Amino acid sequence: MAGICTYGGYVPRYRLNRGLIYQAMGWMNPANIANAGGEKSVANFDEDALTMAVAAGIDALRGVDRTKVQGLYFASTTMPYKERLNAGIISAALGLNDQIRAADFSGGIKCGTTALLSALEGVESGRVDNVVVTAADCRLGRPASAQELIFGDGAASVTVGTDNVIAEFKDAYSVTYDFVDHFRGEFAKYDRQWEDRWIRDLGFMQILPEAVEGLLAKTGLKITDFSKVVYPCHYGAARKGLNKKLGIAPEADQDNLQQQVGETGSAHALLMLVAALENASPGDKILLVSFGSGCDAMFLEVTENIKNLPKRYGLSGSLENRAELDNYTKYLVWRDILPGDRGLRSEEDLWTRWSQLWRKRKEVLGLWGTQCQKCGTLQYPTQRVCVNPECGATDEMSPYCFSDKKGRIASFTGDNLAASINPPAIYGQVVFEQGGKYMFDFTDCDLESLTTGMSVEMSFRRKYRDQKRDIAGYFWKAVPTKEEV
Amino acid sequence: MADGIKDKVAILGMGCSKFGERWDCSGEDLIVESFNECLKDAGIEKKEIQAAYFGTHIDEVNVGKAGTPLATTLKLPFIPVTRTENFCATATEALRAACYAVAAGAYDIVLALGVEKLKDTGYGGLPDGAAFGTEMFLRGANATAPGLFAQLATAYAAKYNISMEKIKEGIAHVSEKSHANGAMNPKAHLRKAVSAEQIKRAPMIAYPLGLFDCCGVSDGSAAAIVTTPEIARSIKKNQGIVTVKALQISVSSGEEDTYTEWDGAHFATTRVAASKAYEEAGIKDPREEISMMEVHDCFSITEFVTMEDLQISPKGEAYEDVMNGFYDLDGYVPCQVDGGLKCFGHPIGASGLRMIYAMYEQLLERVPEERRVKRLKYGLTHNLGGTPSRNVSSIAIVGRG
Repeated sequence: MAGICTYGGYVPRYRLNRGLIYQAMGWMNPANIANAGGEKSVANFDEDALTMAVAAGIDALRGVDRTKVQGLYFASTTMPYKERLNAGIISAALGLNDQIRAADFSGGIKCGTTALLSALEGVESGRVDNVVVTAADCRLGRPASAQELIFGDGAASVTVGTDNVIAEFKDAYSVTYDFVDHFRGEFAKYDRQWEDRWIRDLGFMQILPEAVEGLLAKTGLKITDFSKVVYPCHYGAARKGLNKKLGIAPEADQDNLQQQVGETGSAHALLMLVAALENASPGDKILLVSFGSGCDAMFLEVTENIKNLPKRYGLSGSLENRAELDNYTKYLVWRDILPGDRGLRSEEDLWTRWSQLWRKRKEVLGLWGTQCQKCGTLQYPTQRVCVNPECGATDEMSPYCFSDKKGRIASFTGDNLAASINPPAIYGQVVFEQGGKYMFDFTDCDLESLTTGMSVEMSFRRKYRDQKRDIAGYFWKAVPTKEEV
Repeated sequence: MADGIKDKVAILGMGCSKFGERWDCSGEDLIVESFNECLKDAGIEKKEIQAAYFGTHIDEVNVGKAGTPLATTLKLPFIPVTRTENFCATATEALRAACYAVAAGAYDIVLALGVEKLKDTGYGGLPDGAAFGTEMFLRGANATAPGLFAQLATAYAAKYNISMEKIKEGIAHVSEKSHANGAMNPKAHLRKAVSAEQIKRAPMIAYPLGLFDCCGVSDGSAAAIVTTPEIARSIKKNQGIVTVKALQISVSSGEEDTYTEWDGAHFATTRVAASKAYEEAGIKDPREEISMMEVHDCFSITEFVTMEDLQISPKGEAYEDVMNGFYDLDGYVPCQVDGGLKCFGHPIGASGLRMIYAMYEQLLERVPEERRVKRLKYGLTHNLGGTPSRNVSSIAIVGRG
């Protein structure tokens, strides 16, 4: 039977205390005090929805043979490219085969569960063996808006298949309405919304129950049959009202992560599902409901296989990897809300040469290097002539992927001269444990915390933003190892 | 069997512009400035120059590509002019090409001139460019020269298990010494003595390098006219002449970048180039026989580790020599006698020839007493262009004819 085989979660390392935002901007909208509790997760300066989706995908693919993956669905409303398949970049970063189906799901924030449904139904049809679904969002609220406080950044991913299923897909029920609670036009940077009371009383209190009741009627189940009901709704009062209206017991109400993360858009229902799966037992029935331009309601049942799932970061591991962003203006600069001066050096114009990237796509997006078949030496970037001075074999290389390998810091620096929106630019030489080395940018770390010999792992990040052409480029960076997985 | 360049070429004349922020001067003005001094010193006429090699490095600013900027500026009469470019060894390459042209017997009198007009960049440091190819834009670290060289310090600390405080102390003295020397030199860019304390307190540029650990970014030009020793002696009757003893270049093979053996705490190229240069010059014990040096102190830590790579200080013991004043102007092997890149300045395409100029004026005892080196046998110059893991290292040794 088709179902979810593995899951992965990603919450960026930086958390911004909402009190800091309110201190800075509350004067403009004092009523926002209602949303100013807890903290929100903030994508680092070099992260966006695409890189977070890769991070969650890497987590979901732990223990999975990547060469067997047949599809990749990416869901987000904050994709970096309108034209250029975002899922194609993710697929290359995840080291998947070229001969797969990949698609971007966008629009209403229920697109995360719609991507999951499409994957499940595809696998169910028997025409595809397995699909990776990864969803992420990095939505912006205008400074002083409620959304600025409410939204958080994050990603969730699941693999869907028929082997080693941890949560079987039983049934689904969807409703679609052009209910415009939130919207962004073609060139909008910031989210806009209609009145809270309307979203709450009509959207959450009427549309969401319609989907839930539809699924219950279709399956003949009662709400109390479910160990967990997973649905995003950041309005505290509406949540209470919905739980009461639908008969969701307090222990079945999956926490919405509002205090630690915030509302992560198309990823949110799936991120909450990851949290539910982390604590699920075989036999548990889970009701997953998304919300945004309608709802998808899905019935999943946890199997014995969940006990054998290899360890991963998931949501709990991601939450533990936490650093306080104690500076609201830094957040504004990272998101290019406050265009801080990066100096003339940052204005040098460097083109992305697409034909060059095409030739080097595996090397750049997938961090593929080579291994000499004659002497075994690992080398990045790809070489024609072996670098081992005792070998020097020509054209005897096979591809070798470095993105999932750990390394150690051989040297490092923090550079205040390099143009960066997060100075100092930290970088250094990394020697991989299996062999091979390269000089990488470092991220998610502080200069003071680094030492030579420290263990690092690879993370897919936005390498640059070319504002003239409104595009981003991606590559891998080194991140100090969080914990052994 | 080739027997090297030793004593096959003499330096007939040299010139060096004032280095610094020459806001009033174009690259062409700087060419004229060093060339006029050089031609006068050589005691010949322009039309006697049969060929020229022209060193320029940066394309983003500066005078442009190829040999034409030199020829058209000086109105060289349709002679062969070839551009040399090899990172910071660019000017040394111009000299090397000129020397080889003479030694080969192709020409009698050849000009080598290097120039760089850096101070039209608009910001500190060198312009970002595609030094290692446009592909690095896709996958290269967001690095600048200070950060790339700064890593020598973290790698050196790890290799020899010495504290960063001790390294900071050592490299502070490296800069303090160069400032003391540069302060006495009217052609130097930065002419102010600074204390080790000031150096250590300076703002951080790239950990652990502070402002005073980084060399000046300067405009400047330097030139040499070379010929055979016979012609030199006939033109400079009853005067001392300076001859070339060794010219060596070593270029990274990719091992430092990609093979895991390299420790990041030394220059593999400099060790090779130095060994070959000593052999070419017939030097058995460099610590004893080298009288003075101008090395590539783009950053203080570069000079620090280079003392070991040149086999002057034992490996892991540069700190002791540096702190004992071995490389000070009154030390046994004074280093950066004109202030070095640190204070004389570093217009990349000119630096190699400027270093030779510093050795040349010492060997001919043309410098004032206060900055004169006492022991005058061999002068060594060293350029290191690129990054610690991918570079061009050149060594030149000159001595009295």
